[in-house]
Amino acid sequence: MSEVDDLPCNALVEMTTDYLEDALPPDERSRVDVHLTQCPGCAEHLSQVRTTIRLLGALPGERLSAPAREAVLQRWRSRQA
Amino acid sequence: MIPAADPGNLVDDAEAELLLRLQAGDEAAFTDLVDRWSAPLLRVALSCTRARALAEEAVQDTWLAVLQGLDGFQGRSSLKTWVFRILLYTCRAKIERERRVPPLSDLLGSGDRAVPAEQFLSASHPHWPGHWSSPPRAWAPVPDAAALGAELGRHILAAVETLPERHREVLVLRDVEGWTSQEVCLLLGLTPANQRLLLHRARSAVRTRLEPYLTAETR
Repeated sequence: MSEVDDLPCNALVEMTTDYLEDALPPDERSRVDVHLTQCPGCAEHLSQVRTTIRLLGALPGERLSAPAREAVLQRWRSRQA
Repeated sequence: MIPAADPGNLVDDAEAELLLRLQAGDEAAFTDLVDRWSAPLLRVALSCTRARALAEEAVQDTWLAVLQGLDGFQGRSSLKTWVFRILLYTCRAKIERERRVPPLSDLLGSGDRAVPAEQFLSASHPHWPGHWSSPPRAWAPVPDAAALGAELGRHILAAVETLPERHREVLVLRDVEGWTSQEVCLLLGLTPANQRLLLHRARSAVRTRLEPYLTAETR
């Protein structure tokens, strides 16, 4: 397998999602892996994508208001009665 | 009473048992379901309507529809897919009725590049066509989940809100709520490739919008 990096950075940045989703064919995945070891710019970019995903997952949960919740449960009770 | 659902069609035994308890009128099961799913339902509703009051209404309406449809639920899809699909239809109907003004980003289009073209050398560059001309500046270390500050949280939410609706739906379900690719494709009626494309555009847009707040030298 060639270790020559022929993957331009502007192509790699469009492949990050497929890469992280494990949806790249093996040869393309290898090209990305090789490129990442040689290109600090793309390594930083991918790191930022990963951080973005992590931050999104860290958002605090939403909360249904107590009155809304009670209204739903009340409707359940009246249906069962 | 003849049970309406065939548990064999459901995704797993836990869900089959839950459905039987719900259809038998088990209030504790219903309360538990409401408490577990209202938060993600509200999050997804907020990705559709943006107006909190409408989003809460949509979640309430969804639970009422679930109540009404429970006896007839056949289990052809998972309970989760069914409930969240009701939510999406409810939200979209509310948006139509309220005649929501589409955000500017919907009108302008989302752009089709993860990173602006000017940050790369041109295709005609003699040595390194397509390589970085302005590589990304390093981000400062970002706090762990427990320490995610209110301000950064607000920036993230603001970034998500600027996304077009389909992009927002996929991103919220995948990256905020942690759904699998398969679950999202089932709910939204997407192929895996289309889902990845929407996710890619959404993540790229959020990353770009967070960049000014996270770049090391500005923190």
